[in-house]
Amino acid sequence: MSQDVYNYIFIGVSFAIYIGIAVRSRAGSTKEYYTAGGGVSPFANGMATAADWMSAATFISMAGAVAAAGYDGSQFLMGWTGGFVLLTVLMVPFLRKFGKATVPDFVGDRFYSKQARFVAVLCAIFICMTYIMGQMNGVGVVFSQLFGISLTKGVLIGASIVFFYAGLGGMKGITYTQVAQYCVMAFAYTIPAIFISIILTNNFIPQLGLIGSYAPDGADSVPFLEKLNNINTSIGFQEYTAGKLSTLNMFCITAALMCGTAGLPHVIVRFFTVKNVRAVRKSACWTLAFIAVIYLTAPTIGAFSRVNLIEKLNGVSYSQAPAWLKDYESTGQMAWVDKNDDGIINIHGPAHSTAEKKTNNVFIISESKKPQYPSADSPKDQLVGKHGERLLAQKADMTNPNELYFGTDIMVMANPSMAGLPKWVIALLMAGCIAAALSTAAGLLLVLSTSISHDLMKKIVKPDLSDKEEVRYARIAAFLALGVATYFGINPPSAFIAKTVAFAFGLAASSFFPTLLIGIFSKKMNSKAAVAGMLAGIGFTTFYIIAVQFADMKPFILGITPEGIGFVGMLVNFAVTFTVKAFTEDAPQEIQDMVADIHIPSGSGDAAEH
Amino acid sequence: MSESDTPTPTVDHPRAHWRACLKITFCLLAVWFVVSFGAAILLRDWCDATLPKIGNAPFGFWMAQQGSIICFVLILILYARLMNQLDAKHGYSEE
Repeated sequence: MSQDVYNYIFIGVSFAIYIGIAVRSRAGSTKEYYTAGGGVSPFANGMATAADWMSAATFISMAGAVAAAGYDGSQFLMGWTGGFVLLTVLMVPFLRKFGKATVPDFVGDRFYSKQARFVAVLCAIFICMTYIMGQMNGVGVVFSQLFGISLTKGVLIGASIVFFYAGLGGMKGITYTQVAQYCVMAFAYTIPAIFISIILTNNFIPQLGLIGSYAPDGADSVPFLEKLNNINTSIGFQEYTAGKLSTLNMFCITAALMCGTAGLPHVIVRFFTVKNVRAVRKSACWTLAFIAVIYLTAPTIGAFSRVNLIEKLNGVSYSQAPAWLKDYESTGQMAWVDKNDDGIINIHGPAHSTAEKKTNNVFIISESKKPQYPSADSPKDQLVGKHGERLLAQKADMTNPNELYFGTDIMVMANPSMAGLPKWVIALLMAGCIAAALSTAAGLLLVLSTSISHDLMKKIVKPDLSDKEEVRYARIAAFLALGVATYFGINPPSAFIAKTVAFAFGLAASSFFPTLLIGIFSKKMNSKAAVAGMLAGIGFTTFYIIAVQFADMKPFILGITPEGIGFVGMLVNFAVTFTVKAFTEDAPQEIQDMVADIHIPSGSGDAAEH
Repeated sequence: MSESDTPTPTVDHPRAHWRACLKITFCLLAVWFVVSFGAAILLRDWCDATLPKIGNAPFGFWMAQQGSIICFVLILILYARLMNQLDAKHGYSEE
C-alpha cells in the first residue's frame, strides 16, 4: 500500500471516532454547552485538558524549535509545563469554588463592574483570536503536506471540520472528543520517537537515549549530546547544549510563557467541568502528567531529527538524496540552492558567513521568510534546475555557503521519513498532528463564542436573553470567529506558528494572570484599580510587540524580545493596580466576604445548578 | 507559621485553613522557582560545572530539558495530597 492510502485510513478512522463522539454527546442545555454539565471525571478531564493544551504549535513546531535552538528551546518546554504549577496552586481551585462558567464572569462579579467585565471580554477575545490563528495555520500546514494542496485550501478544510463539531457539541462534545484526540496524539508523538531512539541510540526509552550514547549499528559509541555538539560545530552552528539567548531574555520568555499559561481562558475553563475543588486538584495532576508524556519526548525528537537531517543530507549529492527531500521541496518546506554548482547539498551554520550580520540564509529573505517560487506557467528552465531541484524565485544569499533551507515546522512531520520508519507510523503522526490542531482550535472557539454570547450579549447588552437564544448567539459567534481565524491562518502575521502563539501568551500573562491573582488573593482590591491594571498591562504588551515585531524598532527595554515582554507587562499590570488602589477606596464588604468564601474549598456546589 | 491567637475551644477554621493553604502554596512555589528558573536558567552554568552529570547530559541542561518537567508533576501531586489533608483537618473535605 502507498503512503497516501495509509494516511487516508488513519485520518479517516480517527475522524469517524471524533464525529461519532461529538454526535453522541451533543449539548442539550446552555450549561452542557459551556461546562459539559459539570460532571466530567478528573481523569477524563485531565486528558481532555492535555489535548486542548497541546496545540498545533506544540505538536508540530516545538520539537523543531528545540532542534533549531538546542538549550534555548527549553523555554518552551519549561514555560508550557511550569505554567500549570501556577495555574493549579494559584488559580483554578479558587475559580472553581467561585463557580461561574467563564473567566470574564469571575472578573465581572469579583470587581463588581460591567466595565471590568467588558475589558475582560476584550482580553479573552484578543487572546483566543491570536492563539487560534496559529492553530488554523497549523491545520493548513498539515493538510497541505498531506494532500499536496495549497495552504489556503488546507486551512479552509480544517476550519470547516472544527466548526462542524465545536459548534455542534459545545463543551460536552469537545471534552469527550478531546479524550480520543489525546490518545491519538500521545501515540503519534511517542511511537516515532521510540523507533528512532532504538535506531540512533540503541535504547527504547527516548528520554534515556538523549542522555545516553550515539550508537547506530553498533558503531563506537560516543555520548549522544557530544555527537550532536560536534555535528553542530563542525558545520558552523554553535554547540547544541549552549545557549544563544541572554540569561535575562531566557528568564523573561520562560516567565511570560508560564504566567501566560496560568492566564489562558481556554485552559482555566477546563477545570470548571469537574465536580468540586478536590477533583480540580486531582484533574490538574492528571493534566500535567499527560502533558509531560509529550513534553518529555519533544526534546528527544528535536535532538534526534537534527542528527538525522544533517547526517542524511549534508555532503550528499542531490541526485542521491532520499526521496522525502523532493516531497518537502514540492510543498515549499525545504529548498536547495546549489550555490557552488557542485551538485552536492552543503549545510552550513551562521559561523561560516562572511557578512557583517551572520546568518545562514539560503536566499535573500523576503518578508515571509519562506521560499517563493516562480509561477507554474514560467518556462521550464526557471522551474527546475539542472539536477532536478525546484528553483526559487528569490536570489541566492551568497554571503554564506549554506544551501539547504528547511522550515522548523516540518521537523516533527519529516522525522519518521528521515529515519526510514514504516509507513503506518508516518500516517499515525499525520493523524496526531491533525488531532492536536483540531482539539485546541475547538476549545478556543468555544471560549471565544461563550465570551461573546454569555459575557457580552447576556451579561452586558441584553440581560433578558433566553438559554436557547444564548446558544444560538454562541454558534453565530463561533462561525464569525472562525472566519476571521481562517483569514489570518492563511495570511499569518508572523512567519512561524510558534511565534504567533507566543504573542497570545504575552497578552494573557499581562492581562488575566495578574488580575485574577489579585482578585483571588486580595480581598480589598477595587474595580478601578483592576481595570486600570488590565488596560495598562495589555496595552503596554501589545504596543511593545507591535513596535518591535511589525514596526521594526529595536527591542528598546533592556533588549527583551517581544516573546518575553509579557513578563514585563505583568509587572506593569501589578504596579498600576496597586498604585491606583493606594488612592482609591476598599472593595465593598459583600465583595470582601465573597473573596473570603472562595478561599474555603468546600461547598462549591454542583456545576449544573446555577 | 506561628499561631498568634491564644488557643480557644473553637478554632477559627477559615483563617487557620487559609494560612496553612498560603504556607503550602508558598513553599511549593519556592521549589517550582528553584528547579526551573534557578537550576535551569540563572544558575545553569554553575550547575553544569559543579553538579554531577545526569547520564551524559550536563546537570543544568538536563534540568532545562527534562528534570524541571518531572519536578513540576511531583509538585502538583504533593499539592493535591497536602491540600486534601488540610481540608480534612478543618472539616472542609467533601468526600
